[in-house]
Amino acid sequence: MSDFQQQALHLAGQQDSPEWLADVRKSGAQQWLHAPWPTRKTELWKYTPLAPLQKSEFGRWADESAGKAADWQQTFEWLELDATRLVFVNGVFAPEASDELPPELVRFGDANADQKKVIEQHLGQIVDSKRHLFAALSNAWASEDGVLLHVPRNGELKKPVYVVHVSTPTETPATANQRLLVVLESGAQASVIEHFVSTEDTQNGFVNSLAEVEVGDNAHFYHYRINLEEENLLHVGGTHVNLQRAAQFRGFTIAQGSPLKRIDYQINHCGEGAHLDLQGVYLPRNKQLVDYHTNVEHKVPHGTSKEIFRGIIGDSAKAVFNGRIHIHPKAQKTLAELSNKNLLTSAKAEVDTKPELEIYADDVKCAHGATVSQLNREAMFYLQSRGISRAEAQVMLNFGFINELLKDVAEPAVREYLGPRLAQLFSPNSELLKHISYE
Amino acid sequence: MLNVKDLRASVENEEILKGLSLDIKPGEVHAIMGPNGSGKSTLGNVLTGREAYEVTGGSVQFNGKDLFELEPEERAREGLFLAFQYPVEIPGVSNMEFLKAAVDAQREHQGEDAISSVDFLKLARETCKQVDLDPSFLKRGVNEGFSGGEKKRNEILQMMLLKPRLCILDETDSGLDIDALQVVADGVNAMRAQDRSFLVVTHYQRLLNYIVPDKVHVLAGGRIVKTGGKELAHELEAKGYSWLEEGVA
Repeated sequence: MSDFQQQALHLAGQQDSPEWLADVRKSGAQQWLHAPWPTRKTELWKYTPLAPLQKSEFGRWADESAGKAADWQQTFEWLELDATRLVFVNGVFAPEASDELPPELVRFGDANADQKKVIEQHLGQIVDSKRHLFAALSNAWASEDGVLLHVPRNGELKKPVYVVHVSTPTETPATANQRLLVVLESGAQASVIEHFVSTEDTQNGFVNSLAEVEVGDNAHFYHYRINLEEENLLHVGGTHVNLQRAAQFRGFTIAQGSPLKRIDYQINHCGEGAHLDLQGVYLPRNKQLVDYHTNVEHKVPHGTSKEIFRGIIGDSAKAVFNGRIHIHPKAQKTLAELSNKNLLTSAKAEVDTKPELEIYADDVKCAHGATVSQLNREAMFYLQSRGISRAEAQVMLNFGFINELLKDVAEPAVREYLGPRLAQLFSPNSELLKHISYE
Repeated sequence: MLNVKDLRASVENEEILKGLSLDIKPGEVHAIMGPNGSGKSTLGNVLTGREAYEVTGGSVQFNGKDLFELEPEERAREGLFLAFQYPVEIPGVSNMEFLKAAVDAQREHQGEDAISSVDFLKLARETCKQVDLDPSFLKRGVNEGFSGGEKKRNEILQMMLLKPRLCILDETDSGLDIDALQVVADGVNAMRAQDRSFLVVTHYQRLLNYIVPDKVHVLAGGRIVKTGGKELAHELEAKGYSWLEEGVA
């Protein structure tokens, strides 16, 4: 057992353990305790060392005073949209920064008897915590500071849910466990934006964040996961989704890196005719790492999946992309597409990309591709030949590369928020950004 | 305007231009014709500064400046323009932002302020009409999903917005139907002026029925082997290139 495994169990022991969450906590702790600690030889962690977790003493949980400190609100900007906002600071609910919740939305600790039933029925059940080590940890750490979104049959959430997870540095490195459970009954519709932010200070914490999503028959779910924290925050996160018959999941995710930033998407086609649309962008620079692992399980016929990930890797940064599509023998008439394109903007930048198709059905249509390249010289020359400076041409092309995904983001507020912020990553000089349009 | 002396250039260590000389005066339209592989496109690429082309000898003066001292973007700002044979598609960068960046770079070079977005939109829309391109093309990615003819018209659109001193048209007629050819030629003819010159590179004489040149040069084996008036183009159309190439080898 590694030091971190021990610390983590120690932390679990410090938490209040409400009776109704005891089972999930206990089984999580058992799995965590018995799981072999990943090494270079562990396939799922081959390119992403967990050493940064071992370097710190994660001795305690943040206390509630973190959310009451007034200054954290000044150091970052919220998305501007008409939504129901829930704010957590270092994993602790911050009611004064949060909105009044509609009946479909509740903090675990405030759940009524019916809602508790929904939580008990689904929490830890959608995620495969045997395959996903940090999901086991999240179960072991399950607390009342989770969020349940439960939309009844044919219900439609009036406003998007905007969950903001704020990290602030603490005297001794602190951990935060962040948990979201979404249950859409058949025909329901909802949209959730998970926004991971931090203050601008150098961070020293570790965030373990897990979302479980059950999309019922014909239900539609829009999900956004934005990870733009300061570059020292350690983060392991996952979005685990069950799609029932003709369900739809449309996801968009973006991440900047840190010494450890690992995000998993696990999508299970459980009912026939479901559709997955997932787009992702990663932009590590300096010495950061971003690791996206996606795994789509087509267990039944007539499912469709469309996955596009793009990364721009600069400086000495590193990106890992692993996109697995597993088509089970029964999953005839599956249509699955996976594309991963990477742009390296420095000689020291690195990407390990691996699309994995495993097909056990014979009547399916699948396509996958991965590319790693530098800025297109033809395009550079074209822009320069029109009088545009080399520096501005580079910025325009870099932004254009991710803008191809950004411009299709369904939620305008996400597009408008990300456009100028991401463009800035390619140059601090606003003169070079002035012709970029964010429409 | 443009003075090319004994220009030699290579691509991947193969010499393509082998001592080309050319003198274009303000207001003139020159046509360069020649068989495939004679170096026609190389000339445009060398003049505009494409990376893969290495200049190994000779000199080029453009309005009194040594062209090879300038970066590609500086050449453009000095008024050199190449209408590409194969314009590149750049999804993710809108035609509008691209065009405005180009126009602003030009204006800044001339000591003017950037054009306002409102004025530019108006100008761009009007110019679109002149080249028979629907203004919706301004919102699309640069050349993204444009047909061959639309790409060529987008080149002429850029030329009209940038108002260059010397316009090089690199086989702008290739792949165009008669209607599109007419649109392109009208655009070029509308731009003809006393202080603006054109270098029309083409394989076929057809385009020269619409854009009537002052001089026609035949390029073969990396050199200009014959120069004449517009009637030379007709002669080439009738006789082909082989009678000129024989003397070169």
